[in-house]
Amino acid sequence: MSRLRMTLNGRPVELEVPESRYLSTVLREDLGLTGTRIGCNEAECGICTVLVDGTPVNSCIYPAFKAQGASVETIEGLSRNGELHPLQRAFLEHGAVQCGICTPGLIMTAKALLDEKSAAGETVTADDIRIALKDTYCRCTGYQSVISAILQASGQAVPPYIPATRSPGSAVGKALPNPDALAKITGKARFTDDYRFPGMLHARTLRAGIPHARILSIDTAAARALAGVHAVLTHEDVPGRNLHGLVTVDWPVLCADKVRYAGDAVALVAADSGEIAAAALRLIRVEYERLPTVSSAIDALRPGAAVLHEGRPDGNLLKHIKVDKGDIEAGFAAADVIVDRTYRTPTTEHLFLEPECAIGVPAGYDPADFGGPCDPAAARGEAAVHARTTVYVGSQIPYQDRDQVAAALGLPPESVRIVATLMGGGFGGKEDVAAQIHVALLAEATGRPVKMLYSRQESLLFHPKRHATLIRMRTGATREGRLTAVQSTIYGDGGAYASLSEKVLTRATTHASGPYDVPHVKVDCFAAYTNNAPCGAFRGFGVSQSCFAVESNMDILADELGMDPVELRRLNALDVGAVTCTGQLMKESVGLRECIEAVERDMRGGDFQWAWDRGRSRFAWGLAVGYKNTGLGGGAPDKAAAEVELSLDGAHEAVAEVRTSSAEMGQGLPGVLAACAAEELGLPAGRVRVLLGDTDYCPDGGPTTASRQTFISGNAARLAARDVLRELTPAAARLLGCGSDKVAFRDGRAWDGETSATLAEVIAEARQSGVPTQARHEYWAPMTQPLGTGGDMHFAFGFCAQAALCEIDLDTGAVHVRKVIAAHDVGRAINPLTLEGQIEGGIVMCIGYALTEHYIQEQGMPWTTVMARYKMPGIRHAPEIVSHIVEHATSTGPYGAKGVGELPSIPTSAAITNAIWRATGVRVRSLPVDQDELLRAIRAGAAEVQLGWGDREPIPAVRLGGPP
Amino acid sequence: MDDATRICWQHYHTPATVDEAVSLLNRYDGRAQVIGGGTDLLLEIQQGRKPAVEAMVDPSRIAGLGEISQDGETIVIGCAVTHSRIIADERIVRQGTCLVEACGVIGGPQVRNVATLAGNVAHALPAGDGTIGLLVLDGEIELADPGGACWMPLAATFLGPGRSAVDHHRALLTRLRFKGTGKLEGSAFFRVMRPQGVALPMISMAARLRLAESGLVESARIAVAPAGPVPCLATPAMDTLTGQAASDDAFRAAAEAALGGISLRSSTYRASREYRAEMVRTHLPRVLALAAERAKTGTATPQGVGQ
Repeated sequence: MSRLRMTLNGRPVELEVPESRYLSTVLREDLGLTGTRIGCNEAECGICTVLVDGTPVNSCIYPAFKAQGASVETIEGLSRNGELHPLQRAFLEHGAVQCGICTPGLIMTAKALLDEKSAAGETVTADDIRIALKDTYCRCTGYQSVISAILQASGQAVPPYIPATRSPGSAVGKALPNPDALAKITGKARFTDDYRFPGMLHARTLRAGIPHARILSIDTAAARALAGVHAVLTHEDVPGRNLHGLVTVDWPVLCADKVRYAGDAVALVAADSGEIAAAALRLIRVEYERLPTVSSAIDALRPGAAVLHEGRPDGNLLKHIKVDKGDIEAGFAAADVIVDRTYRTPTTEHLFLEPECAIGVPAGYDPADFGGPCDPAAARGEAAVHARTTVYVGSQIPYQDRDQVAAALGLPPESVRIVATLMGGGFGGKEDVAAQIHVALLAEATGRPVKMLYSRQESLLFHPKRHATLIRMRTGATREGRLTAVQSTIYGDGGAYASLSEKVLTRATTHASGPYDVPHVKVDCFAAYTNNAPCGAFRGFGVSQSCFAVESNMDILADELGMDPVELRRLNALDVGAVTCTGQLMKESVGLRECIEAVERDMRGGDFQWAWDRGRSRFAWGLAVGYKNTGLGGGAPDKAAAEVELSLDGAHEAVAEVRTSSAEMGQGLPGVLAACAAEELGLPAGRVRVLLGDTDYCPDGGPTTASRQTFISGNAARLAARDVLRELTPAAARLLGCGSDKVAFRDGRAWDGETSATLAEVIAEARQSGVPTQARHEYWAPMTQPLGTGGDMHFAFGFCAQAALCEIDLDTGAVHVRKVIAAHDVGRAINPLTLEGQIEGGIVMCIGYALTEHYIQEQGMPWTTVMARYKMPGIRHAPEIVSHIVEHATSTGPYGAKGVGELPSIPTSAAITNAIWRATGVRVRSLPVDQDELLRAIRAGAAEVQLGWGDREPIPAVRLGGPP
Repeated sequence: MDDATRICWQHYHTPATVDEAVSLLNRYDGRAQVIGGGTDLLLEIQQGRKPAVEAMVDPSRIAGLGEISQDGETIVIGCAVTHSRIIADERIVRQGTCLVEACGVIGGPQVRNVATLAGNVAHALPAGDGTIGLLVLDGEIELADPGGACWMPLAATFLGPGRSAVDHHRALLTRLRFKGTGKLEGSAFFRVMRPQGVALPMISMAARLRLAESGLVESARIAVAPAGPVPCLATPAMDTLTGQAASDDAFRAAAEAALGGISLRSSTYRASREYRAEMVRTHLPRVLALAAERAKTGTATPQGVGQ
C-alpha cells in the first residue's frame, strides 16, 4: 500500500492503495465512483475513458500510480452545482444515450476534444469528432446522434435528427428522451457491477477450455483449502435440477459427465476477492477423456459423427424445420430464369459493452450482520433485508430466470426473487441464463451475497452467439420478373446446447422467401448441435441470415433479367391480400411498397447513377428489403401483464407508475410504456414513472425479444391505464355529481359535459373512500398458429427497404459505407427519437455483420479470445443515415404500433454486398467481406468471392433438400 | 485462461533520475521491468505472453526524458514522449514526416496519449508502426545501464519477433534520435489495416529519400513490413532507386525490386502473400513519390493521421 495523491474532479484526494492497482479500480472500488465503466480491460472499447491532465486515457490499463500528482476528471465531475454540462444536455436531447454503459466514456472523450478546440479557438467538425472518438465505442446508437450531440455541445446549432412521423397525440408520437437517460449521463446509473453488498464475496467459474470430453474426475480439495475461499461447488452441489434452457432444457448448470464446448462451466468458487477466486480455480484438477470434435453443422449430421447429447434419437440433429407452399417443381418449371447460389454467414458476437454480472443474495440476508446500514423500508438494494433468495442481474427475461434459478435450487418459483438491474446492452445475448443460477447457489452455500462478474474474455467464451449458416438459395422468376418459386436448404450451427436454436432457425426458414408474394416455396432447415459455442437469440434472429441470401439472389436475378433492382422488389412485394410462404394471408399493415418508394425517391433524387468513379474509388448503390415478425408467433402464448397505479406527488399533482417485468437494454422501453400509459391517462409522459423488472413488484411482461415489447407491454400498459380510470369512475362521478355512465376522462381531467375535475382531485377522492387507485391488465396478443398448420404464424410484421451507398477503394479493396437511405414500416412511431436510435443502431450493427465481425472458432476452440480480435463498427464506419418512417398501422398494436428492434439490422448486409457487386462485378458470398479476397478477385476479373474473413475453406456444397 | 484481474506488478516506481532508475532495475535483479505507456506490455502480461513482474519502473517523471529537442539537425525524443506529442510536434512534422504518419495511426487517441515511441521500439515487433518510421529515418537509441550510457543503431536492437536486444529488465532506453530531413530530403509512411479483429497491419511501408540538385535520387532508405522476423530495410529497392531520376518508372522499378528481395508470407486471418505483393506494387511507388515530392518542395502535410 502506498499513498496516492491526485486532484480528482477539481478536489485534492489522498488515499492508501496497493501500487498494483489500475486507475479504473481505484476510481470504482476505492473511491466508489462507478460512473467510469469497464467494458473489456484491454484498452479496446474506450468506455473506461477518463481525463488525466486533460487527455483521454483508457483507465482500465492505466496504472494508478502513473497518475500520482495528476489531475483526473471523471463523469461525476462534469455537472457543476447540479447544472448539466453542455455535452450531457446535448446527449440527452439528441437521443445519444441508449443503454448508457458507454455514455461516460463518450462524453469524457468528447469533453477533451471540446476543451482542446475551444482553447485553440477552432470550430469542431464531424471529422474531428470521428478522429477523437475513433476508439471509444458504442454498440447501440450507430454514432450519428453522438456526432450531432457533440457538434451542438461545441456551440453549433445542430438540431437532433428526428424523422418525420404522424402528428403526435398528447404523449404518443412525441420525441422525448428516455426517462432513465439522465442517470446515465451523470454516471449515477448503476449497473450490476456497481452494487456492493456488505459481506459480499467474489466468484469465478472454471470452464472446460476444451470442446468435447468426458469428465472423469473433479478434485477441488486444494481449492477448498485456500485461505479466503468460502465455497467451491460442482455438479454434486446442485440441490435441484442441474439443467437449464429456454426451450429445451439441456444445458448443465455445472457439467457432470461431459463438457460440450470450451465455455462449459465445471466448477464455481466464491472467495473474499476475485484474485483469490482465480487462484482457487487454478488449484482445481479436472481429468478429461477427450472426444472427437464436431465443428460444423454439416459435419455434425454426417453418419458416424460424434454425438453431443447421447441418447437423443435424432443424434446431432436438433430439428429439421420445413416450409412447404404450393408445388415447387411446378414453380421452377414456370420460371424463365433461375438463380441458384450458396451463401455462408458467420458466427457473430453481441459484444454488448457491459459484460455479464449477477449478484446472488441469500434468503434471510440482513446487511447489518455484515456491518452495513439496514433500512427496513428499502424495497431492494444493499440496505434492504432480503427475505428470499434474490438475484440481481441485467436480464432480458426476469421471470424465466426466476423459474430456472428456483428449479436449480429445488425450490418453488415464489421462493426466488429476481431484481432486474440496468442492462448495458443485450441484443439477445442476455436471454440465456449466465451467472444467475451460479450466484444463487453460491449465496445459499456461503450465506453471503456473491458477485460474479465476467471478464470480457470470459463473456466472449461463454455466451450464446448468432448462428452461422450455410444457405443454398434457388430463386425462379418469369421473364417479366414475377417470382414463381423459391427453394432453400439451410444448415444452422446451433452449438453445444439448444438455447433458442429451434426458434431462430424456424424464423430463418419462415422468412426464407423474403417479403415477397411467391406462389411456390420449399425450405428445409437443419439445425445441428456442434461443439462450437451455443447459439441463441441475436437481434435479427435467423432473418439476418436468410435475408442476406434472399436479397443477394434478388440482385443477381435483376441483373439476369435486365431489370431494375428496385422494380423487381416492387413487383413482387408482399401487400395486403398476399399469402406468405407459411400460408398466412396478409390482412393489414404491410407498408413495404411505401418503404421501397420512399427509398427510391430519395436515392434517385437529383443526378442519380447506380455507380461512378472518383479518384481511386468506385462508388455504388445497393438495395435490399426485409421484414421481421413482431412477437413470438408460431402458436406461443404471447402476453404481458402491467400494473398502473395513480397517486399524488408532493405537490398534490397526479402521477402514475407503470410496473411490468420487461427489460430496458437501451431500446427506450420505459419511454414507450410511459407514453402509452400517458396517452390513455391524458397526462404528460413526464408524469409517468416506469418500474421494470422486479419479480416482487412487477407482473410478468414476458421476454424482451422478438421485437415484442412495444406491442405487448405497450398494450398492457395502455389497457391497465384504461382499467385504472375505470376504477376511478365512481369517485369521479361523485365529484362531478353525475352518474358513472356520464363520466369521460380526457386531457388529464374527468368530465361531465362542461364540468370537470382534475385527475388529482379524483385520485384524492378515490383514496379517501378507500378505493385502490391501481389496476392490472394481462394483455394477450392475437393467437398465432404453429408452423405447418397453415394458420397465421405472426400477428404483425415490420417491413423495410434500405439503400447503401458504398465506396470501394480499388487500391486496397477496402469497403466503406458512406450513406444509407432507409425506410421502415413500424405501424406507428410511439417515440420518434428513440425509434431513430433503434434504426441507426441496427443499421450500423448490420454493417458490422457485413464488414467487420466474425467470432472465429477452429475445431471448437475459439480464436476470438479477446476483444482485440473482434471489431464492431466504430464511429469511422458509421455512415450518414437518412431515415423515412412509414406508418401502416396495425389494428391490434398500441396506437397502431408494431415492433422495430430487429428490423433495421436485417437487410443492410445484402445492400452492401449488392453495392460491392455493382461497383466491382464481384459477388461476395460469405460474410464478412475480406478486402484481401475482394481485391485479388477484382484484379483477376473473378466473378465472386467465397471466403469471408476468418474462413479457411470454400463454401461446402449443399444438396437441395438436405443431407442424404 | 487469462485473467484481467491478474496482478501484473506489485510495486510501481517513478524514479526522478536515470541513475535512480538504473539502480532500481539493478536492485530487482531481473524481477523489475521498464514500462512506457504500458498499453502493449500490460496486455502481454495479462494475456500470459509475458510473466508478471515484481516491479515496474516508469521513467516518465525523469526530467528531460519527456522532451523533444533539436540539436543541429538531430531530433532527440525522450523515452517518455507519447505518440500524441510526436505527431503534434512541428519539427517532426517537417523533418520526420514518416514518423508522424506512423505514430499517428498507432491505436487510437487514448492509446497514443500514453504509449511511447520507446515502448514501440522495445516491443520489437516486425511491423511496429513507429519502429518502421524510425528505421527509415536511420534512428538510434540511447541505453543507460550500470556501465553508463551509449547510443546504438535502431536496426541493431531487434533479435526476433517481439525480442529486443535490449534487456528491459536491466537497462533503460532513455532517448531516441534521428537526423531530421533537411533540404532536398523527404519521407513518407503508409499502412494498410483491416477493419476486422487483427491488431497488426496487413502491410506497412516507409521511405526516406534524399535528392541531388539534379533531381536524381542520391540516397534512399526503404522499409516494407512485415518482411521477416525483424524490421529491416528493403535493400534491393534502395539499390535500384539510388542514382535514378525521381520518376514514377523508377519508383515502380524499386517496388518490383523490393518484391524480388523480400519473402512476403501469408499470415492467417491477417493478409495473403499475394495481397501484400499487390499492396507493395500499388502503394510503394506512391510512398516514394510522396517522399520525393516532399524533398523537392520542402513542405509536408502528414497523411492519414488519426485514421
